[in-house]
Amino acid sequence: MSNQTFLTVQALTTYVKRKFDADPHLRNVYVKGELSNVKLHPTGHIYFTLKDDKTRIQAAMFRGRSSSLQFKPENGMNVLITGDVTVYEAAGSYQLYVQTMEPDGIGALYLAFEQLKKKLQQEGLFEARFKQPIPQIPQRIGIITAESGAALRDMYSTINRRFPMAEMLLFPALVQGRGAAPSIVKAIEQANRTEGIDVLLVGRGGGSIEDLWAFNEEDVARAIFSSRIPIISAVGHETDTTIADYVADLRAPTPTAAAEMAVPDHVQLVQHLNNQQRSMFLAVQTLLKQLNKRLETARSAYPLQYPDRLYRPFIEKLDHLEERLRRSSTGLIQEKRLNFDRLYAGFQYYTPIHRIQQETQQMKQLETRLHRATEQAITSQQQRFVALMRMMQALNPLQVMERGFSISYQEGEVVKSIEDVAVGKQLTIQVSDGTIETVVETIIPKEVK
Amino acid sequence: MAEEKELQFEQAMHQLEEIVQKLEAGEAPLDDTITLYKRGMELSAHCQKKLQNAEKQLIRMMDQEGNESSFDPTVGEPNE
Repeated sequence: MSNQTFLTVQALTTYVKRKFDADPHLRNVYVKGELSNVKLHPTGHIYFTLKDDKTRIQAAMFRGRSSSLQFKPENGMNVLITGDVTVYEAAGSYQLYVQTMEPDGIGALYLAFEQLKKKLQQEGLFEARFKQPIPQIPQRIGIITAESGAALRDMYSTINRRFPMAEMLLFPALVQGRGAAPSIVKAIEQANRTEGIDVLLVGRGGGSIEDLWAFNEEDVARAIFSSRIPIISAVGHETDTTIADYVADLRAPTPTAAAEMAVPDHVQLVQHLNNQQRSMFLAVQTLLKQLNKRLETARSAYPLQYPDRLYRPFIEKLDHLEERLRRSSTGLIQEKRLNFDRLYAGFQYYTPIHRIQQETQQMKQLETRLHRATEQAITSQQQRFVALMRMMQALNPLQVMERGFSISYQEGEVVKSIEDVAVGKQLTIQVSDGTIETVVETIIPKEVK
Repeated sequence: MAEEKELQFEQAMHQLEEIVQKLEAGEAPLDDTITLYKRGMELSAHCQKKLQNAEKQLIRMMDQEGNESSFDPTVGEPNE
């Protein structure tokens, strides 16, 4: 054991690598498997693991090779690979270095088409809201196709047949093979820089998917999307659909169809013009008829036919009113006069002159009565006075006393009856020339017969 | 009618269509209607004339430097 020499790691690795490289079977391998752990490096290199049910191998595809890939490698994709196997000394691992890679089962172009379609769709490039309207009557039509292709002949003769007024401007482009896509992109950009182009026809005649491939390129799709001028795509036959068709503002199945969509048919236009003329004529005729009818209706209207009937009722009404006025005013005056007369009579009746006369008369009567009454009163008073005087003379007790009569008083009271005195009491007797004081001794009542 | 020479076909068509719509709506006063009708007929005649007088066109080709040349692709090679 002691005389055995020990290898360095590098020596061993170099040895193993030499073994790999020397084997012709490993220099040109055909291998198929499923992609996993795919890493797209910014430099363009692609690293991934190729695997099947039980095993796996590290793989790398450098930019020089990967740039010609027409599809994007994705995890889970089954691929057919050619390459060589060698040792990556730094990691001590063996790796598959890929030269070509094809999708297993479907074509690479088909896959690339589907992938780009999906990508642009997700970005929204196919959305209807981005579609520009195609002008109905274009003056200048831009055509982007090959200068010598059948597509140009078809579009040219279709436009000339349908609408020879339209100008056509060709922007020649390569439409197949290498350089086709940039050529188409350039032509679209040039057309957009050119003044007065109303619509662009972009396309070519039918062919295989490889022939039409330029119209499936991302750059072409983006140029169509960015075009300020509305674009009608005109690629291939009816069954061929390209990315350009999806992104264009209008898709035509063939170049001829695109030309038909781009311009109106002048035969139809002439017809349309004739229709417009007829419509105008009919519209004016209808209007005139209507106006005439209205005029007729107005003229034959009842009031215009018998104008007197219009004001007849007013005359009648006026007459009625006048009559009523007359009647009512006469009646009113009469009534007022009667009222006045009545009031005047009353007024006259109650006039103060009468009253004054009456009152004066009454007053005079009263005066007369007063005088008379006074006189009478005076006269009767005088007579009564004389009579009274006589009566008083006759009744004067002094005269009576002179004739012998006297008046007896007891305690100041005139004695008229025996009842008025009591025995033993003092009694004053007045006679004509004085008084006699005496005392009552007996009372003898008068005998009653 | 000197101005009509300048009037683009599409504009003329558009004006004509507007006039027809106005007339068909029947709302314009009679005097305007007559004017519109006259104008419409002029426009229609103008368009018809343009259509009938249109001649078969050649294609003008723009090269990448912006130079133009004309040719008839049904004949074949560019003729200038």
